[in-house]
Amino acid sequence: MIEVEIVTGRTLDQGATVEEKLTEEYFKAVSYIELSEDDYGALNLKDGDRVKVKTAFGEVVVFAKKADLPKGVAFMPMGPYANAVIDPDTDGTGMPRFKGVKAKVEKTEEKVLSVKELLEAI
Amino acid sequence: MVNVVCTFCGSVCDDGEYENGKIKKLCRLGSAKFAEKERIKSPMVDGKEVSYEEAIQKAAEILVNAKKPLLYGWASTANEAIRLGVILTEKVRGIYDQCASVCHAPGTLAVIEEGLPGGTLGSIKNRADVVVFWGANPMEAHPRHGIRYSISAKGLLIKDRKNRKIVVVDVRKTRTAKNADLFVQVKPGYDYAVITALRSIINGNLDAVPEEVGGVKKEQLVQLADIMKNAKYGAILYGLGVTQSRGRDRTIENAVKLVQLLNRTTRWIIWPMRGHYNVVGAGEVPAWEVGYQYAIDFSRGYPRFSPNEFAAVEVLKRKDCDAALIIASDPVAHFPKAAVKHLKEIPVIQIDPFPNMTTLLAKVVIPSAIYGIEAEGTAYRMDCIPLRLKKVVETKYWSDEKILAEILKKVEELKKG
Repeated sequence: MIEVEIVTGRTLDQGATVEEKLTEEYFKAVSYIELSEDDYGALNLKDGDRVKVKTAFGEVVVFAKKADLPKGVAFMPMGPYANAVIDPDTDGTGMPRFKGVKAKVEKTEEKVLSVKELLEAI
Repeated sequence: MVNVVCTFCGSVCDDGEYENGKIKKLCRLGSAKFAEKERIKSPMVDGKEVSYEEAIQKAAEILVNAKKPLLYGWASTANEAIRLGVILTEKVRGIYDQCASVCHAPGTLAVIEEGLPGGTLGSIKNRADVVVFWGANPMEAHPRHGIRYSISAKGLLIKDRKNRKIVVVDVRKTRTAKNADLFVQVKPGYDYAVITALRSIINGNLDAVPEEVGGVKKEQLVQLADIMKNAKYGAILYGLGVTQSRGRDRTIENAVKLVQLLNRTTRWIIWPMRGHYNVVGAGEVPAWEVGYQYAIDFSRGYPRFSPNEFAAVEVLKRKDCDAALIIASDPVAHFPKAAVKHLKEIPVIQIDPFPNMTTLLAKVVIPSAIYGIEAEGTAYRMDCIPLRLKKVVETKYWSDEKILAEILKKVEELKKG
């Protein structure tokens, strides 16, 4: 298990599929987490592996990817998977904390839920 | 057809060419916008296909019978529809909120406190010799912003990329960062501290700045402060990296103060990189109608603004609405889980061209025409410049404006009883 701070945000793939949320393309565009090379290595991950991301606000299973990130920083595309774990507190602004949420990440054999299953689980 | 306006991101490119079902000149996001995709086939109530009239009747009944409905979305529709949406919210004594409340609204709070030294995209293109993207990644979120306005744009005074210095401040080495002249990598949540350090250096208080601030070496902070001071016309273009992380509105206030300080000796502007094509309209229209941009409650019969109480996420978290009308947005995909929970428990009316996660739980679904492709209207580009959206194909779908006008009519009838 590793500890990271998650930031979420737009990607080209997410943007290009955002009007087709019930398709496989959108699912692929949003159901992953990017980890730094060090963190990816520490979990002994390889292409296609899944991880469980846990925060104080929820947990979600997603695919793991390696990316050019500093150790301890992880990135998730904006969308239902990221929103299962981000901090809903708005500090009085109305804006939840979508970026900078502490999380624990571990390798898992559990499957990645579809967007429909994800909604049912809420 | 030439000069077709793209209705995807806040750049609202107005130079598309549409011919035989194909769009040219736009980016990958714009091309995806114009590509054929699955639509909501027909209006639906409880999953059963019905006519527009039946769906509108049901929607009006839900709104009239609710004590405090939430009317949310509005960022991907035209000003004409938003105007009717604000009137409708007032009529049903509901809460008006829009996508900015989970996007750039902290910037609105900062503007209330500090004002906004701003400029248009045209001024950036023609004049800016330094552009700082702070927590913004236009290469993925606004792919043609750089070519048209801010990076390699050919302007009147700034002729090309060689005359323009690009700085990226971000926690990740994004695609935009890879194309920058200077990349300043900040630790997540330390933007406020980095801005304060820059203000201190520019103010002549170099000694007060420690060797490292928020993961950035003092040396690099001094380098950035010099670039800023020596700019002839600089622009800070900030993104959700600032509005959605620690500090939120306070970080933007601090950035505005930095710009005010720079403006004692040179010329700088600061501007948000707005996301949806008409998210500016979703704030400007209620502002000119009732005085506020978002998080507006009409339950007492007059408008009240309080983001802590009336922003959609707060309303849903404390279960303070008993119905919802969602238009041109998909909060089920984009709100935190704690807020989505309540949407599963109340009657939801959805108005949207495309099936999405909100469709999966909506009681009433009303498909709409796509503005800029199937319907005309007006939208504000991210710099508040209004543009006329064109209609390039015919459709059987009703526009948001027509749907809302009919709902409004029905609501008035039901209220008269």
